Amino acid sequence: MKAGSNLERVLESGQFAVTAELGPPKGADAEVVKKKGSLLRDCADAINITDNQTAIARMSSIACGVILNQLNLEPVIQVVCRDRNRLAIQSDILGAAALGIKNVLCLSGDHQKFGNHPQAKNVYDIDAIHLIQVLKKMRDEKKLLEGDDLTIEPKLYIGAVENPYADPYEFRVIRLAKKIRAGCDFVQTQGVFDVKKFKDWMKTITDQGLDRKVHILAGIIPIKSAGMVRYMRDYVSGVSVPEEIVTRMENAKDPRQEGINICLEIIDELKEIPGLHGIHIMAIAWETVVRIIVDKAGLAPRPAV
Amino acid sequence: MIITKQKPFEEILKFLESSPRVFIAGCTLCATTCKTGGEEEAKKIEKKLQDKGKVVSGWVILDPACHILNNKKYFRENKEKLDQADSILVLACGNGVQAVGESMDKKVYPGCDTLFLGEIIRFGNYEERCQLCGECILDKTGGICPITRCSKSLLNGPCGGAEDGKCEIDPEIECGWQLIIDQLEKQDKLHLLEEIIPPKDWSKSRDGGLRRLTIGRKEK
Repeated sequence: MKAGSNLERVLESGQFAVTAELGPPKGADAEVVKKKGSLLRDCADAINITDNQTAIARMSSIACGVILNQLNLEPVIQVVCRDRNRLAIQSDILGAAALGIKNVLCLSGDHQKFGNHPQAKNVYDIDAIHLIQVLKKMRDEKKLLEGDDLTIEPKLYIGAVENPYADPYEFRVIRLAKKIRAGCDFVQTQGVFDVKKFKDWMKTITDQGLDRKVHILAGIIPIKSAGMVRYMRDYVSGVSVPEEIVTRMENAKDPRQEGINICLEIIDELKEIPGLHGIHIMAIAWETVVRIIVDKAGLAPRPAV
Repeated sequence: MIITKQKPFEEILKFLESSPRVFIAGCTLCATTCKTGGEEEAKKIEKKLQDKGKVVSGWVILDPACHILNNKKYFRENKEKLDQADSILVLACGNGVQAVGESMDKKVYPGCDTLFLGEIIRFGNYEERCQLCGECILDKTGGICPITRCSKSLLNGPCGGAEDGKCEIDPEIECGWQLIIDQLEKQDKLHLLEEIIPPKDWSKSRDGGLRRLTIGRKEK
């Protein structure tokens, strides 16, 4: 075991993993974190906490992670390269590990233009691939990026993200292979709506044997309304939504229920895809739906490993 | 002026490995002044490349290398010389290299490293003065730029690291804020130092993505 986290044990024992996303509050409010965390208890193998998602300043992912740990819920903390340089990232990671964080997800981070501080200077001192390398070096070689020895290494299960739908399509698998070479242990994808295209992508992955080098979790975004799905189609870069799903949501008498049905159908198809090792449910501001989806998809109870 | 420095010849040879025939393009402006990409330097590089067995199909000092329309016209008129080359070695700033690349369908390689936007103190002695941050605050700082001259780019300096007017990172570097204070004192404008300069709008700098300016037509 690299980190000995629950997520690592579930994935390494070959079971179909479920993780769920938690968005930190815009305030120093630990109760919100505890409440959202409790809603996800027993539904997910680990809870993934965003790091100032869409470049909006919120409670730090590490702090939220520690709050979840106190409730015996396992966090995956996201770390983006937008806000911190290599010094700050390494220092925060050491602190996070010392506080009991075992899973880290490495991302570039949304550009600050999309957030509430568009005038901010961005950092991007290192990119997401470098970040994976840095974490791996700290964990496996017990060294900082520039080579200084660490007294105690951070024992981390290292995650990365990939978008099967982003352009240029031909480059996506090459980039994923780079992330695997850099040292990631698991990969979460962008939300899957277009299962056909996702299957094609997974086929390329399995053809190259990459699914044996890394655990891939498909992103699931529960949709609440026709407006939300149109927004995802039109404004969220790198999300591909088939017209059929938009039409179904537009015609639905109970859009929330229809959104859940669509999710369940997608998960059913995903479960059959060779090489796919789990799902990651991103139900930001709709945490209650996670339990419903996990139950109805036959993914409950979560394995005790 | 854009200050450039010619790359070590070995480095140039390395990226020209798969280009037996080379065309050289310099620039009449900054690179000529810096003596990194003028006529003299183009001829020197031509000779060195020939000594290493390369065929130099021709050279030109573009006027200037960052002018796409001019470049296109020249390349059209000298198509033959360019057709004979596998690639173009550009002795100019990074902008010049890319403008040449956009002016014709040919591989381009950088002959220089682009260092900074600076002033000529005397020939061979250049110093950075502007970081092109997109929103000038020289009115508040006695005409001396803290973004460039303070090593931390502090807007409300100096920090606690200055000693005898020198920066903590290098005793050869003057403390930018010491310079600003001295200048404001001379101008009897020290009161400006009491103002808290607000956080900068970095979206106008490179942090906001590719910058564009269109004058005379619809401005973006």
